[in-house]
Amino acid sequence: MIETQTTLKTHMEVKNLNFYYGSHQALKNINMPIYDRKVTALIGPSGCGKTTLLRCLNRMHDLYPNNRYEGEILLDGESIFNMDVIDLRSRVGMVFQKPTPFPMSIFDNVAFGLKLKGIKGTELKDRVEKALKDAALWDEVKDRLKDSAFSLSGGQQQRLCIARAIAVEPEVLLFDEPTSALDPISTAKIEELIVELKKRITIVIVTHNMQQAARISDYTGFMYLGELIEFNPTEKIFTKPDKKLTEDYVTGRFG
Amino acid sequence: MENVAEEQKSLREIKTRGEFLERFLKLSLGFWALFAGFLFPILAGLILLYEARLAIEKFGFIHFLTHTNWDPVQEDFGAATMVFGTVISTILSMLIAAPVAIGIAIFITELSPKWFKPIVSTAVELLAAIPSIIYGLWGFFILVPVMATKVEPWLQDKLGDVPLIGKLFQGTPTGVDVLTTSLVLSIMIIPFMASVVRDAFNMVPPIMKESAYGLGATKWEVIRHVVIPYTASGIAGGLILSAGRALGETMAVTFLAGNNPQIPTSLLDSFTTITVALANQFTEADTDIYLSALYYVGLLLYLVSFAMLGIAKFMVLRLEKRWKV
Amino acid sequence: MSRKTRRKLFSNFMLFLSFLTAVYGIFWLFWILGCLFVNGFKYLRPELIYLDPTPPGEEGGGLRPAFVGHFIITSLATIIGVPIGIMAGVYFAEYGRNSKFFMTIRQITDIMVSTPSILMGAVVYAMLVKPVGHFNGFSGAVALALLMLPVIAITTDEMLKLVPKEMREAAYALGAYKWQVIKDVVMRAAKVGILTGVILSVARIAGETAPLLFTSFNNNVLTFDLRDPMASLTVTVFNYVMGPYNYWHQQAWAAAFILTMGVLLLSILAKVLLHRNLLEPLFYIVRSITGKKGG
Repeated sequence: MIETQTTLKTHMEVKNLNFYYGSHQALKNINMPIYDRKVTALIGPSGCGKTTLLRCLNRMHDLYPNNRYEGEILLDGESIFNMDVIDLRSRVGMVFQKPTPFPMSIFDNVAFGLKLKGIKGTELKDRVEKALKDAALWDEVKDRLKDSAFSLSGGQQQRLCIARAIAVEPEVLLFDEPTSALDPISTAKIEELIVELKKRITIVIVTHNMQQAARISDYTGFMYLGELIEFNPTEKIFTKPDKKLTEDYVTGRFG
Repeated sequence: MENVAEEQKSLREIKTRGEFLERFLKLSLGFWALFAGFLFPILAGLILLYEARLAIEKFGFIHFLTHTNWDPVQEDFGAATMVFGTVISTILSMLIAAPVAIGIAIFITELSPKWFKPIVSTAVELLAAIPSIIYGLWGFFILVPVMATKVEPWLQDKLGDVPLIGKLFQGTPTGVDVLTTSLVLSIMIIPFMASVVRDAFNMVPPIMKESAYGLGATKWEVIRHVVIPYTASGIAGGLILSAGRALGETMAVTFLAGNNPQIPTSLLDSFTTITVALANQFTEADTDIYLSALYYVGLLLYLVSFAMLGIAKFMVLRLEKRWKV
Repeated sequence: MSRKTRRKLFSNFMLFLSFLTAVYGIFWLFWILGCLFVNGFKYLRPELIYLDPTPPGEEGGGLRPAFVGHFIITSLATIIGVPIGIMAGVYFAEYGRNSKFFMTIRQITDIMVSTPSILMGAVVYAMLVKPVGHFNGFSGAVALALLMLPVIAITTDEMLKLVPKEMREAAYALGAYKWQVIKDVVMRAAKVGILTGVILSVARIAGETAPLLFTSFNNNVLTFDLRDPMASLTVTVFNYVMGPYNYWHQQAWAAAFILTMGVLLLSILAKVLLHRNLLEPLFYIVRSITGKKGG
């Protein structure tokens, strides 16, 4: 169901973005809005730049040398390149392709980001509990919060990582193929979770699974060879896309 | 409202502290990294150079290297006997150790039944863990008598009359000589060499070996024509790396070489090496020029071992790079 | 004999030779350890630990100064060498990875691991003994610490390399500073590996003699003062073996036995530590990230 344009608020905006790995241009002149409290999916064949674009949104590329951005990305109208990167990342969280629990207890994993912000004591406990509940993991782990996070199953680990990410109450949450390493049941749980989360968090998800994009997203961007070919409401992308290339891709007639 | 203000204040504090620690940590860690791999190696070289300056001025380079006289009383120093001793004991120990180490590496990677593998690996690791002074002690009390009374007379008996080779077995068998030293040195470097070669062997992608087996090759043919050629630079690097270690080995050699500043003409002659001279004479050096001459040989050892290890490292790295692509 | 049979026979012959080389290695190990056990047990006396040495030639006495001195020198070297080594290693792994300069420095550090240890003694002699005018225990500890530094730096770097970069990214994505990522996530993940490296390098320096010969030297009297010459087990063994008295030789065997047992125990402890399930989390992550991709 698509709401009318007038009630939409743009939360983040990508403007004329070019991105380079050294001399290789990985993103070419991307322009795209990211709407507040909507799920935006990025789809496209592997190597098209969708993950690269996602990792621009919280400046993950800053961690490695020789990466260069050109253009602008705005968060609430302010350029993310002028922001302190630590602030940016606590506002724009990220969940990765493979579960990445830290080598510590389940509780400490969720508390990690909160402790960074100086949260202690009962507030810490409450917020860990809330995050675990929001990630639909509380019932499964409430009796063994002190256990190592590695004792959880793959799907539980991924939900733990989501809990960890939402514990710091980010405004935007980036998902990089969060279910590609999971079985169908765990995948379904994560998808439900994403739909639930969008009530209060803006979500961007990269996925190689078109059905997943169709199921959970409100808007979809189709990328190919570093360019954003088409950005439209998901329904439109999957029924009557503007571009021939998009149609070929979503109908599987690609390449 | 008060809460919010307070929270923001504490957030600001965390940030100031965070940014300070960020810079502080990077600087202090960076300093020690620089120290470990740059400042200290250079400092050590400079100190050796500075302490050796008297001897360098007095004896020059070529003269010092070729002169065989080492006479503290006359204050006439030439390093030829020690340099020759170091080179010859290193080469001989390599000749003994290399085939054994490669054999062990083949055994561990390709051949050993599963239950036997940990035994061999542990044995090799333990050999490497035994302190060098223990090799010296054992060599001196146990191996030297055996060599002097059994092995060396037997060798003389069998090989003494053979032309050319016979010459290498002249002299009275004392056990304290080139042969015993090289033998013990070889035992000491086998574990190290074997582990480098084993690591190189393990880098060969299984598919490489499988395709050779698929053509009907025997196990040895796969090792000979696939594994060894593809790891050649790693094996060579491992050998040089071990040679670099043998060069600097001190305690075992000190017990077994005899500390005799002469150029050995037979495997049964006593001799000396750079490290033996340092260990035995450093605390006895009573004149500045004597001590300086010892620092000079130390400097030579430092430069040569550094260069050898550097070359070896380069060769091993080249192998690693090849497989990474 | 067909060509195939010949090839098979030859193959088996070569493989038999490689089996013999393994036997050869084990043979020496057993011979050395066997002698050490037999003689060490034979001459082991409790007095060895609590009595001071008698004047030369007078039977009896023990090696108390050497045991105490060895412990002090090794501990101090560890206290100095370990933190510095870990700091250098962390820099190589976390900051230097993308810098050509620091990667070269790392390779040089790796070369320093194999530098002749006696040269450390010579260098430290010039720095800390010559200016003071006499041998001292502190200089021995510094020489051993310098020997230990590259070993720890390299193992730390290797262990941190095993921590997947995704784990670091996940911590950054929560708004952590680099030092927080290193302290709370990376070091935690590599804890056991680094500990193993530390134990192994302690085992290594505990058996060193050459760097102590002209730094801490030797002392027949028990001392706790780091400004004095200080005895160590290894230097004592060296002197006693070279000495003329039979009872010295016996005490050298006993001391060598204790020293070797200590060093081997440390090595085995490190090995057990590394292979026990303690490292399982790390292996699990490595597997889960490098492993097959599902879904």
